[in-house]
Amino acid sequence: MSKLDRRKFLSVATSVTSVIGGIFAITPFILSFQPSKKAKALGAAIKVDLSSLEVGSIIKVIYRGTPYYVVHRSEDMIERLKSSENDLRDPDSDLSVQPNFAKNELRSMKPKYLVVEGVCTHLGCAPIEKFSVAPADMGPDWNGGFYCPCHGSKFDLSGRVYSGVPAPSNLRVPPHRFENDSILVVGENPGEADV
Amino acid sequence: MSEKEESIFTNPFLRWIDDRFPLSSLIKDHATEYYASKNFNIWYIFGVLSMVVLVIMILTGFFLTMNYKPSAKDAFDSVEYIMRSVEWGWLIRYMHSTGASFFFIVVYLHMFRAMLYGSYKKPRELIWILGMLLYFCLMAEAFFGYLLPWGNMSYWAGQVIVNLFGYIPFIGDTLTEWIRGDYFISDITLNRFFAFHVILLPLAIIGLVVAHILALHHVGSNNPDGIEIKEYKDESGKPIDGVAFHPFHTSKDLVWITVFLIVYFAAVFYAPEMGGLFLEVDNFEPADPLKTPEHIVPSWYFTPYYAILRAVPNAALGAVFLVLAVLLFVFLPWLDRCPVKSIRYRGWQYKLALYIFVISFLALGYLGMQPATGVYVLLARIFTITYFGFFLLMPFYTRYEKTKPVPERVVYKK
Repeated sequence: MSKLDRRKFLSVATSVTSVIGGIFAITPFILSFQPSKKAKALGAAIKVDLSSLEVGSIIKVIYRGTPYYVVHRSEDMIERLKSSENDLRDPDSDLSVQPNFAKNELRSMKPKYLVVEGVCTHLGCAPIEKFSVAPADMGPDWNGGFYCPCHGSKFDLSGRVYSGVPAPSNLRVPPHRFENDSILVVGENPGEADV
Repeated sequence: MSEKEESIFTNPFLRWIDDRFPLSSLIKDHATEYYASKNFNIWYIFGVLSMVVLVIMILTGFFLTMNYKPSAKDAFDSVEYIMRSVEWGWLIRYMHSTGASFFFIVVYLHMFRAMLYGSYKKPRELIWILGMLLYFCLMAEAFFGYLLPWGNMSYWAGQVIVNLFGYIPFIGDTLTEWIRGDYFISDITLNRFFAFHVILLPLAIIGLVVAHILALHHVGSNNPDGIEIKEYKDESGKPIDGVAFHPFHTSKDLVWITVFLIVYFAAVFYAPEMGGLFLEVDNFEPADPLKTPEHIVPSWYFTPYYAILRAVPNAALGAVFLVLAVLLFVFLPWLDRCPVKSIRYRGWQYKLALYIFVISFLALGYLGMQPATGVYVLLARIFTITYFGFFLLMPFYTRYEKTKPVPERVVYKK
């Protein structure tokens, strides 16, 4: 090895070592940006008591700062889901986010309970419930569902998006399970241990 | 001592300093012996004015931090406290909020000047790139600052912008969580946005301003004729068509700074909300995660890009177009193939294209404030196409431009 080669080797070796050391040094700072232990604890799954949720009504719960909608659907509401099938962008939820057990027409585990994130899949606004059939503001073809006030996206009573609106996919169904008939746990799928 | 190192001072204390610090040569290099063209017009004032606004923002921001509390519980109330209880707090806060809008006004005019007179062209490409980095930092600074009052529009605009990162494939969700430090825009997010707003980005902006000016003073200022004044020098080596930045340009600048301050303070005193453009109505109520404002609209200086985002039918693709719309400016020095710099001597193609671009940018800015429905979406799509056309077709239409002869020396009347 000539003197020059040795010098070059030492320069490269020093640079590489410094870069590796630098990566190690900045790692704690980058990782400190992650949700803290406290944020994680506050973000643990929540229980919702559905025993007082009447048929045809909705409750909104906050989990991880995000609104979640639980709708107690009537037989009639479930029936109406079929009539708008052809106008939907993603009727089979192929492009949408949901646990496997909710990848069906009703997008739910128990037919009567719909659990969805109250967050428009377009840009994150909160859709408004419009459950009545053909109200004045939604027009005569409206079968009941959700309407996003920001950019006009429409969803049916299973949170499935209509075509021709900005939202690209159905309302997300969060991981959830039922502890018993009336206790819903949001944030955990069936089989996941209770925290 | 060479001439350059000769002290300009007679005062013994300043000479003492000069022996230990390059005070004289700094003043000479950047003021008394920095020569800029004699024929600067009003378009050449906006660089200085953006410095003036930067100083106003740093000073008022410093005073705001003395009373502002960056927590979800206290932020909104502390801003109201500044407005109502802190002596002169309303003035400091309005100077800061109005200053944000004026910052973008002068920066947009400053950028337009560069496009008028080809100031981004060789040898000033790096000045332009540093300027664009400044523009990006300014946008980030404005975005982070906008969340701080913790009003409902702050909250939801933050929500929309942070969610844009969620469209990045694979890492999107982790990245948004990392940016927020939580599963939603929360106290934690507010606290870190405050840190970015008052420490990291101001430091980056100051550093970039220094680099921007050093690069400018290295190659020399452009002028409305787009010619290099360094090519004609007198016996002492000074450009014949240039005058020293100080005292000649500075004294002219002072006049314009005064005019600017009159306009700025007219807004501060009489129209700090500017009809909902500078301070939105929805932001006068505290952040509420359950109540989405009817129309989520970002601040006016972002609305052209927001209109582009909404004009694209696919949300992920819309985000890509938004990023491209901002980034394309960086490539102007290479997209423009015309050797002539100034619009005075360029062909009809670039003039027409620049007209169309300005109209598109303003129209998109207006459309970004309107609801995304019906004819507004159609118009936004048309202007999105013309916006991108200006940049992407530039290599073609500038190549065949029929230019007028460029003068050897600067002219005074046009």
